[in-house]
Parts: sequence; C-alpha cells; structure tokens
Amino acid sequence: MQNDMVQSGLAGIEIRDLHLSFGPTKVLTGVNLTIRPGEFFAFLGPSGSGKSTLLRAIAGFGPRPQGEISIGGRDVAGLPPWQRDVGMVFQSYALWPHMSVRENVAFGLRERKAAPAEIRRRVGDALDLVGLSHLADRMPNQLSGGQQQRIALARTVVIEPKVLLLDEPLSNLDAGLRVQMRRELLALQRKLGLTTIFVTHDQEEANTTSDRMAVLDGGVIQQVGTPQELYDNPVNLFVARFLGTANILEGRVERAGDGVRFVSLSGEAIQLSSAATGTGAIVLRPQNISLTARSTPTTLPGTVRHCEFLGSQMRYLVECAGTEMVVDKPHRSGDQVFLPETQVKLDINAADAVFLADGR
Amino acid sequence: MSQQPDVAARRPTLANRLPAFLFPRLNPVALTGVIIAIFLIGFLIFPVLQVIHVAFQNPSSGTLTLQNFGDFFATSLFRESFVNSFYVSAVSVVVATIIALPLAYITTRFNFGGSMLIQSLGFIPLIMPPFVGAVAMQLIFGRNGTINLLLRDRFGISIPFMEGLNGVILVQSIHYFPFILINLSASLRNIDRSMEEAAQNLGAHGLRLFRRIVFPLATPGYVAGAALVFIKVFDDLGTPLLLNVNNMLAPQAYLRITSVGISDPMGYVISVILVAFSILSLWASFLVMRGKDYATVQKGGGGLAKRDLAPREKVMAYAVVFFILSLVLSPHLGLLLLSLSTIWSFAPLPDGYTLANYARMWESSQGYVANTLLYAGIAATLDVILGTAIAYIVLRTGIAGRKWLDYLATAALAVPGVVLGIGYLRTFQSVDVPFIDKPLASWWVIIAIALTIRRLPYALRACMAALQQVSLALEEAAESLGATKMRTIRKIVVPLMSGGILAGFVTSFATASVELSATIMLVSAERDSPLAYGIYLFMQTPSGRGAGAALGILAVVIVAIGTILSQIIIERDKKMRTSGREH
Repeated sequence: MQNDMVQSGLAGIEIRDLHLSFGPTKVLTGVNLTIRPGEFFAFLGPSGSGKSTLLRAIAGFGPRPQGEISIGGRDVAGLPPWQRDVGMVFQSYALWPHMSVRENVAFGLRERKAAPAEIRRRVGDALDLVGLSHLADRMPNQLSGGQQQRIALARTVVIEPKVLLLDEPLSNLDAGLRVQMRRELLALQRKLGLTTIFVTHDQEEANTTSDRMAVLDGGVIQQVGTPQELYDNPVNLFVARFLGTANILEGRVERAGDGVRFVSLSGEAIQLSSAATGTGAIVLRPQNISLTARSTPTTLPGTVRHCEFLGSQMRYLVECAGTEMVVDKPHRSGDQVFLPETQVKLDINAADAVFLADGR
Repeated sequence: MSQQPDVAARRPTLANRLPAFLFPRLNPVALTGVIIAIFLIGFLIFPVLQVIHVAFQNPSSGTLTLQNFGDFFATSLFRESFVNSFYVSAVSVVVATIIALPLAYITTRFNFGGSMLIQSLGFIPLIMPPFVGAVAMQLIFGRNGTINLLLRDRFGISIPFMEGLNGVILVQSIHYFPFILINLSASLRNIDRSMEEAAQNLGAHGLRLFRRIVFPLATPGYVAGAALVFIKVFDDLGTPLLLNVNNMLAPQAYLRITSVGISDPMGYVISVILVAFSILSLWASFLVMRGKDYATVQKGGGGLAKRDLAPREKVMAYAVVFFILSLVLSPHLGLLLLSLSTIWSFAPLPDGYTLANYARMWESSQGYVANTLLYAGIAATLDVILGTAIAYIVLRTGIAGRKWLDYLATAALAVPGVVLGIGYLRTFQSVDVPFIDKPLASWWVIIAIALTIRRLPYALRACMAALQQVSLALEEAAESLGATKMRTIRKIVVPLMSGGILAGFVTSFATASVELSATIMLVSAERDSPLAYGIYLFMQTPSGRGAGAALGILAVVIVAIGTILSQIIIERDKKMRTSGREH
C-alpha cells in the first residue's frame, strides 16, 4: 500500500459515447473524450452546459449514464462512487461539521482500513502539503473559506486518488484569494502529478491553469485543445464567442487570382489565406485588427462609434461591413486616438482571420 | 491500480449471503422500507380500518349497513355529545387565539424585555398533560375554588369558569394555546422586513398595514396552529373524563367500550366520527397552507421591524403578559400546592402543607414510573429508528412508493388515541402472543407500540428536518472517498442528524410518558399501568388527589427536563453547523 503513491497519479480517463439524461431532459449527448495521465484538464462552459454533470458522472454521482467511462484502463461506468478511487473536491467543500480537520482528512484512509500509524503519517503529510498542519484539531466551522478549501483538497489528495476532480473549487472564494488559490492548486497538481479535471465557467481560470480544456455547450463537447488552440482556432461560433471577445463577419470566401478573398454580406472584400471556400463567417480577435488611415487590399472601411480607455489598451467600437466590431489597440503614451465619427480603415492580417464555414 | 482498497465494499452483506430468491431485487434499504411499511400497516392502518369496518357492520348479522349511524344520531345523548365536542373544540380555538395573539404580537413587534419570558413560559403548558392540570384548575377556578371563594366573599358573585363544558374549554385552551403561539410567532418572524417596508413605502401604515400585509402573511401559520388545537381538543379523552364531563364524543366512546363491551357498535361509530373530523381539519389546514410558503425572509435581516414601547405602552404590555401568564401557569401552581397540601377544600389556599403526599406517591407509584420509563423508552427508540429510516428513504433514495411511507406514518396524526386503542382491542384480542398465555391486546408491549405509532409523526418530522440540514455534498464526499452507502449513512448521515434525532427521541419520550388516551384503553392490569394512568386512578378519589398531584408534578418534571434537553441539543447542533455550511 505504501508504494502505490507513485503509481496512482498516472491514470488517464477515457470517455466513449457517453449519454446522460435527467428523466426526459438530455443533459449530455455523445461525449467522447481522452484525458491523458497527469494532465490538468478543464471543463469550461456556461451554466447548464453539462460540465458539472459530466464531472459528477466520472465520480459516479447522478443518474447512470450510457456509454463508457474508464479510468486508468478500468471501466468504472457501472461502479458506485466508493469503488472508483476518484477524488472529488466539492464546490461547497463539504467538510463534515461533526469531525475535526484531522478526522475529516483521515476519513478516506480509515475507509481503506489503513493502519493507524500510516493514517497519522499520511494525514500529517497532506496537511503539510496544504500548509495547515497547525489547524488539525480545529472544527471546520472555525476555518476561513480559503482554509476550508485547502482542507477539502487535503482530504481528497490524502487517499492518493487516480484522478482529482474539482467542481468549481474557487467559486466560493473572493477575487484576490481566487488567483492565489488557483496558483497553489496548479503547483500542487504539478507536484503530485495527479490527473486533474477542473470544472469552471470562468475562462480565465481555465486558461491560466489547464494543459488542455474542453468547451461544453448544451451537453455536447464543442472543442478540445490547449487554451491557445481553442482561442486562436475555434471550430465554431460558440467557442469563438465563449473564449474572449470575437468579431464575427458573415459572408463568403471565394477564389480570387492566386489566393482567396472574403466578401462580406454588405460587399466589402479583403484578402484571406483560408484554404476552404464557401459561405460562412470569419472570426477576428479585437487585438488582431489595427486601425489605419490608409486603404490596402487587407483593409475594410469603417467608422469609429465609441472609444473606451482601459489603461493598457484603447478599445474602439467600429461600425464596419454592416456590423459593430471591437478593436483593441495597446496603449502607449502619445498615441494617436481615433475620436468617434472618424472614418478609419481596419487592417486585418490574413493569417489571423479564422474562417468558419456555415453550420459551424 | 493493481490494488483495490475497497475490500469492505465487497464483503457480502446478510442479504446477499441468503439465497437470492428470498429477496427479489431488494437492496437493504428497500428491504427496510418494506419492513417499516408492514409494521405501519399492521399497527396503524389495519386496526383503524377494522374500526371503520365495524362501524358500518350490523353487529348481529355482520352485513354492511348505515344502521349504526342512524342509531347514533337517533340517541339524544350522542347528538348532544357530538354538538358538545364540536362546541368545545371551536370555542377552545377562539379562547386559545385570544390568549396567543397578544403574546405573539408583542414579542415579534416590539423591543420588549418580557419577550424572553413569553418565549419560555408560553410553552410551559405543553409540558403538562391537560388532564393533570384539570383537577388543580378545579381547585382554583371551580365553584368552591380560590377565585370564586374570594369573589363571593368580596362581591357576593361567582363565575362558572369550570361548570360543565366551560371547564373543559378553559383547561384545553390554556393547555393548547402554545400551538397557536408557536406557529403564529414563527410565521410573523418569517415575514421579511422588506415586505413591510415596501407597503409603508407605498403608503400603508398602522392597522391597515397589519390587516393588508402582516396578517395575510401570517395566516398560514395561524391556521396550522388553530387546526392542531381543534383536533387535539376534539380527540382528547383525559380532560373531560377527569372533569367528569361525559357528554362528549371521546368519553362516550371510552365508556361504551369499557362498560358495554368491545362488540358495541357505538364506540366504533364515534371513532369514525373522530377520525373524520381529524382528517377534515388537517385537510382544511392543508388547503389553506397549500401554495402559501410565506417564508419570505431573505438573506440578511429577517422579521418585522421592531419598535420600542412608550413607557405607558410598556406598562400595559407587561400587564397583559402578566395576566395571561398567571392564567396559564395557574394549573401548575395549583398542582404544586395540591401536592404539598394536607387538605385543600372549600378554602382559597390549602389548610396546611406537608411532604407526605410525595412519600405516599413514591411508595405506591414506583411501578407506574418504571412502566412509564419502559414504554416511553421503547416508543421513543422505535420512533427515532423508524423516523430516521423513513426520512432517509423518502429524501435520499429513488425507491418507488417511498412517499407512501411518509404518508402512512403521518396518517397517525389523524387517528385519536381512543380510536387506536379501540382498534387494537378489536384487532389483537384474537391474536395470541406465542409463549405468553395472553392475547396481544392485553400484553404490555401493545401499549408501547401504541405510543410508538402515536408519537411517530412528530419524531418523523424531527428526523426529516435533521436530514434536510445535511447537504448532499457531505454524503457524496464520503462516497467518493471510499465509503459505501451504508458506511456513509453510519459515519456521516446519522452523526450529522444526531442532534435532530436526539431531540426527536427526547420529545417522543417526554410526550409518550404522559399520554393517556390510547393507554387508558389498553391497560389491562394495574401492574402494567404507566404514570398517566396512575395519575388518573389517584385523581378518582378525593383522598388520592394529594398523591396524584405529586405524581403529576413528577410527570411535569419529566416532560420539562425532556423539553429543555431537546432545546439544548437543538441549539448546540445549530451552533455546530452554522458557518459549517456557509462560506
């Protein structure tokens, strides 16, 4: 038993064709997902997207899903939660108020019938890990929110689970603490090498912590990849809009001479480097557009409607091609400011525009 | 991965070591549910159905008939009893309201130093069974009691407080008004201040504000309390019996069964009427409450805005509270005096004081006390076990028909003690207990079972409330750390419910130990009698009153200790979980 500490962190998760419904309501549809051993993985989505349900299905809670969930090569779909060896940290921390911190942390080891000496040692190690050994004899209601969070984490990792599931673990903390806990969480995960899934609706949390993430909407996984991949190359409009600010221009991509060009619905055209052609939309990030006065084949004409000074950058709302586009410009002192109602050109780097064909 | 730490989970339980065909797809939890259902049907539903069946049966031929009801209403004594029961219950509700309303209003509305006094003393009546106080009330308010002797002396008048039905009404309303006080104060406290402020902001104030906003929001609580008072008074047997008012329904049922015999249909007809009225008033209060969850308190401030009293108002408030509380405490005071008196008759106060009554009580009542501890102990233990199991099955599992367990257990609310007693006599007279040469109906265990059934609805509510306090995540956390369902129940759910369970136990114990109406029907030998029946026996003779009062004081002390204990437990429990659940 002492030596499976090293092993336990190395389990991956394989989810195949998972369907789940609450009565007549479909909550998860056709979920396929591979989470690699040791990976910090985030489920990101708006509320009601099914991200928590998916996490709970992995832990064994909620209605029994159809499909396959395997952890470290073992199919766990039919197993009750207590046989899955999955550690879960709850949004509310779920510390048992009738047990001291030490008893809370020791609980899982006692369930595993570990020897008293071993329990003492491992509980001590876990509390050291989260830096709260001095609070071992406190009751949970004597702890602050951040401390409760750390104890909940200690209680979970002490059993050396195969995977660690975190259900919006930071949402009950105030903003400053949240950033600090986020870093601690990541450091801890790296140290233990635990395969970890993190559920959040906050894209910044997902971006800053996760190796890869899955964006969910309506019970369907929209896209899986690293934060940068998803941001730079969203596969559909939902992902594009959900991650950061996206300007969407509808129109079509057609061949023009050697390359291709995009023609908006209102008839403006720019050069593009897309391989695909057809009707659809292009996605442009605010910081990938620059404003100039000169017209070139890569510019579209527009009119500044509004500008906001955000400190590090200047945010313009520009009316262009029948829609309103957000353009961010890094701010340096002495920069030229385009005042509202100024006629400008929006310079778009062909490589930065992502074309999404219709139906995506 | 090679090592599975969940050995415990795979250890075979008793159920899966036995052949599978014995338990067709029943897990332990479902099995428990089935056993509980059988128990409830056997000891609650079946006996009551039996009573109803007999009421509609021709006593000689056994055919179904309405003849018994015809006979009932053709007899003038029964008609009178019916009207009297109804009259007494209705007027008791009115009098109880008159007592409770000012107390509830003053405590929730004003910054009043006496609020704590009201909150604690207002509940004291409940810790004394009403029939115990009845004799003491006779001595204080009766024709030749303290008050009337003084009045006659000074003014030459007397007031018939305790004459006939008046006595029952006075005793019952003084005893049961806390139900209205508790429910009404709770709903007044649950009104969010913003409700009142919004109305004020829109121009309402004073009496109009009270009538349009405060009172409607408090109505559900009031109706719940009033319905409870109505049923309790309608069903009560001990008080009218002790006051020798026999022309009411419950005493008539008791007298018919004990004097004419268990084959006489009139006792059953009365039982059906009692059950019907209980169901009717429960249903009426359900209709009023339905869809009116008026707990409007939002995060932050709760309760109506309290204001300070002007000095003159304060004097008036204290006067009102003092008057009501002295009225409410008079039975206790009277009982205490009676228990300490040598002779108390035709005098405002006892002639002399002695402890002899206690000595006599102690000599002759040890059997009663021992029986009470045994019966109430069994009843309370069974109640919390059943209550916890039902609460878990209803709230935490998906077992089909689980709600019916709740309904079955709660149905006991609508069954008066007399009816349950008659049902047991009828049903279990012919059931012989193995190894004991006795029918089940006259075995002492049946008294404990009757008490279990009678107290179960209250214990169940306590357990439900306790389980609802346990957030589901606390259970899931244990399961994901490797505890099986059964281990989770044992290590997390039950310990976290323990405060509520213990409070339920103590309340069940205390109230079961002074219950008379079912017991009086089922006691077959004096050596099986519990305390309440002992008091009843003592009070039958003038010479036994002193010792009866001493026994009554003992009963009050038992219930008081129980009530205080359960309050302490609940408070301590609340303290433990505050901030444990919030962040």
